[in-house]
Amino acid sequence: MTDDHEVLGKAYDARLMRRLLGYLRPHTQAVVVALGAIVGYSVLQLAQPYLTKVAIDDHIATGTLDGLDRIALAFFIVLIGAFVLEYVQTYTMQMMGQRIMFDLRMEIYRHLQRLDLRFYDRNPVGRLMTRVTTDVDTLNDLFASGVISVFRDVFTLVGIMVVLLVMDWRLALVAFSVLPLIAWVTHWFRRNARDSYRQVRGWIAQINTFLQENITGMATVQLFRREERNFEQFDRINSRHRDAHVDSIFYYATFYPAVELLGAVATALIIWYGGGRVVQGTVELGALVAFLQYSQRFFKPISDLSEKFNLMQSAMASSERIFGLLDTPVVIASVPDETAERPAGRGHIRFEHVWFAYRSAEGGAEAEAEFVLRDVSFDVAPGERVGVVGATGAGKTTLINLLLRFYDVNRGRITIDDVDIREIPLPELRRRFGLVLQDVYLFSGSVRENIRLGHDEIGDADVRAAAASVHADRFIDRLPGGLDGEVAERGATLSVGQRQLLSFARALAFAPDVLVLDEATSSVDTDTERLIQDALHVLMAERTTIAIAHRLSTVQDMDKILVFHKGELREAGSHQELLAERGLYHTLYQLQYRDQERPVSAGASDALPQAAG
Amino acid sequence: MSPAASKLYPYLFRYRHRFAVGALFLVLATAINLLAPWVLKLAIDQLAGQLRPTLADVPATASSLGFYAVVIIVIAVAGGICRFLMRRIIIGASREIERDLRNDFFRHLQRLPLTYFQANRTGDLMSRATNDLAAVRTMAGPAVMYSATTSITFVVALGLMLSISPSLTLYALLPLPVVSVVVKWFGTAIYRRSEQIQEQLAHLSAVVQEALAGVRVVRAYRCEPVEIERFRVANEEYVARSRAIIQLQGAFHPSLALFLGLSSLVVLWIGSQHVIGGRMTVGEFVAFNAYVVMLSWPMIAFGWVTNMLQRGMAAWHRMLDVLEVEPAIRDSAAAAAGAAAGGVHGTVEFRDLTFAYNGRDVLSHVSARVEPGQVLALVGPTGSGKSTLVDLVPRLFDPPPGTIFVDGVDVREMPLDTLRGAIGYVPQEPFLFSDTIRENVAFGLRPAESERSSPLVVERSVALARLDTDIEQFPRGFETTVGERGITLSGGQKQRTALARALLTDPRILILDDALSSVDTHTEEEILSGLRSLMRQRTSIVVAHRISTIRDADLILVLDDGRVVERGTHHELVAMDGLYAGLHRKQLLEAELEES
Repeated sequence: MTDDHEVLGKAYDARLMRRLLGYLRPHTQAVVVALGAIVGYSVLQLAQPYLTKVAIDDHIATGTLDGLDRIALAFFIVLIGAFVLEYVQTYTMQMMGQRIMFDLRMEIYRHLQRLDLRFYDRNPVGRLMTRVTTDVDTLNDLFASGVISVFRDVFTLVGIMVVLLVMDWRLALVAFSVLPLIAWVTHWFRRNARDSYRQVRGWIAQINTFLQENITGMATVQLFRREERNFEQFDRINSRHRDAHVDSIFYYATFYPAVELLGAVATALIIWYGGGRVVQGTVELGALVAFLQYSQRFFKPISDLSEKFNLMQSAMASSERIFGLLDTPVVIASVPDETAERPAGRGHIRFEHVWFAYRSAEGGAEAEAEFVLRDVSFDVAPGERVGVVGATGAGKTTLINLLLRFYDVNRGRITIDDVDIREIPLPELRRRFGLVLQDVYLFSGSVRENIRLGHDEIGDADVRAAAASVHADRFIDRLPGGLDGEVAERGATLSVGQRQLLSFARALAFAPDVLVLDEATSSVDTDTERLIQDALHVLMAERTTIAIAHRLSTVQDMDKILVFHKGELREAGSHQELLAERGLYHTLYQLQYRDQERPVSAGASDALPQAAG
Repeated sequence: MSPAASKLYPYLFRYRHRFAVGALFLVLATAINLLAPWVLKLAIDQLAGQLRPTLADVPATASSLGFYAVVIIVIAVAGGICRFLMRRIIIGASREIERDLRNDFFRHLQRLPLTYFQANRTGDLMSRATNDLAAVRTMAGPAVMYSATTSITFVVALGLMLSISPSLTLYALLPLPVVSVVVKWFGTAIYRRSEQIQEQLAHLSAVVQEALAGVRVVRAYRCEPVEIERFRVANEEYVARSRAIIQLQGAFHPSLALFLGLSSLVVLWIGSQHVIGGRMTVGEFVAFNAYVVMLSWPMIAFGWVTNMLQRGMAAWHRMLDVLEVEPAIRDSAAAAAGAAAGGVHGTVEFRDLTFAYNGRDVLSHVSARVEPGQVLALVGPTGSGKSTLVDLVPRLFDPPPGTIFVDGVDVREMPLDTLRGAIGYVPQEPFLFSDTIRENVAFGLRPAESERSSPLVVERSVALARLDTDIEQFPRGFETTVGERGITLSGGQKQRTALARALLTDPRILILDDALSSVDTHTEEEILSGLRSLMRQRTSIVVAHRISTIRDADLILVLDDGRVVERGTHHELVAMDGLYAGLHRKQLLEAELEES
C-alpha cells in the first residue's frame, strides 16, 4: 500500500516535459481549436463589464433610451458566444486528453506484452496496473486541464490589465497596487496548504497501514487481548490526523477572507481615487463601475494558476514512473527476420551445458549458490517422450521456462535441430510447443475462447474435436451454454479435474509439435483421474513430450526419465533401468509414487483458512 | 428524520455548543458580507449626484469618498474575521466527529469474530473507514455550513433587492431557479455517468490483471496480439464513456454562466430603463448587480449541497452495515455473572465435538481429554480439521454448546478475557506487527505486567524460543523493526518470535499449531527439549506434520476428514501399521533423501 507513495518533487522537469509534449503532436488540430476558443472566450469575458460601462455612460448618465436595446442584444450575443466557445474549448481539450491517454495506455500495454518473465518476477501485478490506470489518469489532468488552461489564465489576466490601462492608465495602476499582495498571499497559502496537505496525507497513510495490519491480524489481537491497547494506539494516530486537518483549516480559513479583503481594498482604492476623478470629471462614472467589476475578476486566474502548480507536481511524478516503465529494455526479443534461422528437421531438442539462475547476477559475477540449473545436458529426439522427476526445488519447472524462452540461459545453449533457440523468431519457437501448466490459468470469457485463446484460425470444429478427444466435452455439454458458457472468475465454478481437462483441450487444439507438461499434483476423484490419464495418452500420442511427472502411470510409460536433484541432472534412463540402479529415483519412487498403488481415502478437502495467519 | 440519520445525531449533538457558536459567526459573516454592496450603492449615488443633481441629493466630496473607502475595508475585515472563526469552528467540529466515528468504527471491528473478517475483504472495510467516512464528514460539516450560509444569503439578499425594486427583482430572479435545477440535474447525470466510467475502469483493470497474471499462458500460446486487441476494445469503450461525461461536464459550467448571465442581462436592460425613468438610482443599479452575483452562489450551492447530502447518506449506510453487525462471539450472560472465577487450572476436554463450517462438517465426533502436564498431539493430512480443532479452544470460532470444556466449564460460559488469557497460541503462519522485536514479543503483556516484568523475562522467553542468537545478529538487536522498513524475518524466525510471544504470557494452556514447521529439525529439537520442563506444568496441544515433534506426546490423535481414525501413543500407532505408520516411514525416507 505504501508502494508508490506520493513523490512531490519538481513541478517542472524540462526533459520530462519535452517528452510529454511530444504526445500533443498528433493532436495539433485540437490544440489549435482549443487555443482559438480560449482567445475568443477571454475576449468575450472582457466584453461584459465594458457593456455595463457603455450602458451607464452613454445611456443612464445621459438619460437616452435609444440604443439600449442594442446593448442588451450585444450582451445576449456575448453570453451565447461565451457559452459556445467555453463548451468547444472544454470538449476539445478533454477529448484530446482522453485520446492521449488512450495512446499512452496502448503504448504501456504493448510494452508490457513484450517484457520478459524476469520483469514480472520483480514487479507485482498490482504495481503494473497502477501504471496503466492511476498514473495515466494523473497525466490526463495535465493534458485536459493543465497545459492549455494555464494559457487561458495568463491570457485573461493580461487582457484585464490591457483593458484597464486603455480605459485609464492612472486608475489602472491604482487598482494593480493590490496585485503583488494577492500574489504573495496566494504563494503563502499554496506553500502552507501543500505542507499541511502532506501532513494529512502522511497521517492518512498511517491510518491505512494501522487498519490494514489490525484487520488482517485481528485474530492475533483478540487472542492476546490487545483490543484496548491497540485501540489507544489507533486513537493516537486518528487524533493526530484530526490535528493535521485542523491545522490546515487555518490556512484555508485565512486565505479566502484575505483574498476578499484585498478585493475590498481594491474596491476602496477605486472608489476613493477614481471617485475623486469622477468628481473632477476626468473619469466617467461608467468607467468607474467597469473598473470595479474588472478588479473582481483578477482573483480567479491567479488562484487557478497556483492550483495548476500542484497538478504539475503530481503529473511529473506519474510521468517519471510511466517513462521508467516504457524505458525498461525488452531483454528477450524476437530476432529480426533477416537474421532469423528456421530449424529444418523434425525438431530435435538439445540442452547443452545449460546453467541458469533466476536472480540475474550483477556485472557477470555469478554467485555459485544462486544457480537453479547446473551444467545440464540432454537430448529429446523427435517423437520421444521424456519424463522429468525430482524433489521440489530440483529445477524441473525451470526447464520449461527456458525451453519456451520465458528466460534466457546464463551459460550453455538450447537448440532445436542444431539451431540455437535465441536465433528462432519467438512466435515460431513458441508455436512448436503446447504448454500445460500445473495451475490451469483460465481467462474470463466462454469455454470456447479459453480453448482457442483468441486464435481465430482454430475453427469451431477444431475446438469441438479437441474437447472431445480429451473427454472434456462431457462436462462442457452439461454446462449452461455449453461451449459458449461463461467461465467465472479464474474458473471458480469448475472443479480442479475439469480445469485440467480444459487445459488439455487447449493444448490439443493448437496441435503443437511438442507437448510440454507440468503435471498437476492435486488429487481428484478416481473417475476424473481415469479421464485425465486417458486424455494424457491422447495428448502424448505420436508427439514429442517433455513432462514433469507426478503420477506413477505417467512416469512408467515414458521412453526416458530424467532425474534432477538440486539443479543437476543426476540419473537418466527408463523406469526399469533406474529402479535397478537403486539410486535417487528409487528413493523418490518410494516417496512420491508408492502411495498411489493403494489409493487411500480421497478426502483431501479444503481446510479452514488459517486462524491467526 | 430517517432511522439511519438519527444514528448520526448523537455524534453531532456532542458538539452542539461549538455548532451554536459557529452558527453565530456564520450569521454575522453572511450579514456583513451583504452590507458591502449597500455601501457601494451609497458611494455611487453620491458620485452620480455630482453629475446629475436630479439623481441624488447630496453631492460627493473627497472626504465622504474616503469615508466610504474606509467603511468598505472595515466591513471586509469584520466579515473576514467572522468567516475565519466560522470555518475554524464548524469545520473543526466536523473533524472531531470524523475522529469519533473512526474510533467507534475501529472499536467495533475489534469486537467482531474471525469469520467476519474471512467473509469481508480488508480493502472493503478500510474503504469504509476512510472514503465513506470522508463523505459522511463532508455531510456533517461543509454541507451543513454551506446550506446555512446560502439560505441566509438568499433570504437577506432577496429582501434587500426587493427593497430596491420589487419588479426588477422579479425579472432578475426568473432565470435563477433554472440554475438550481441545472446544477441538480447535471450533478445527478454526471454522478451516474462517472459510475459507468468507474465500472469500465474496473473492467479495464480486470483485463490488464488477467493478462499480466496469466503471462505464461499468454506468451506460450502467442496471445499477445489477442490481448492487445482485447485491451484496445476496453480502452476504446473507456474513451467512449468518457466522451459522454465530457459532453456533460463541458456543458455544465457554460450553462451556469449562461443562466447567471441572463440575470445580469435583465438587470442591465430593465434596470437601465428604471434608472433613466428615475425609478432607481445609479447606486441602486450597481448594488443590484452585485446582489444578483451574490445570489448566483446559493443557487449553485443548493444543487451541490444536495449531492453532498445524498452521497453522505449513502456512505453512512455503508458504514452502518458494519456498525450494526452484532458481535457473534462475546461473553454470555452466565460468563459475565461468573467473571470472578480465579486462575485457570488447564484441563481441556473435547466431548463428542462435531463442528460444521459453511454447511459442511469439518469435525465429527471428536473426543479427547488433556490434563496439565500432558501433551495432546494432532496429526493428519491437510484439511483434516486439525487447525479448526485448536481454533475452537480460544473461541476463534464458536463450538456448539457442551462440546469443549476448560476445567470442566464450557468455554462458551467462560469470560473471553479469562479464557484467552489462559491460552498461549502459536499459529503456523504467525502475524507479526511492523514494530520492534521487543514490542512483538511483549505483545500479549498487559500494560501493568509489562511494567513489572524485567527485560530479563522477555529475554528468557526469547532464549527458550531459540531466537536469542538471531537477535544478537540484528543491527539494532531487540529494537530492530520487523517488516517493511526493518528486517524481513525468515519463516522460521517469525515462528520463533510468535513462540516467544506466547511463552511470555505464561499461559496455562499452550497451543502449537504446526508452529515450528519452518524451523529446521535440529533447532526444533533444541526448542522442544528446552520447553519440556515448562510443559510439565502446563497443558499442551500440538499440531504437527513432523512425527519427530510429537513422538513423546501422551496422546496422539490421527485425524482424517474431520474424524479421529487412529489414537494412541507413538509406539502403539506405529505398531498399528496404519496411516500414522505410513507417514512415519515416509518421513524417514525424506530425511535420507535430504542427506544425499
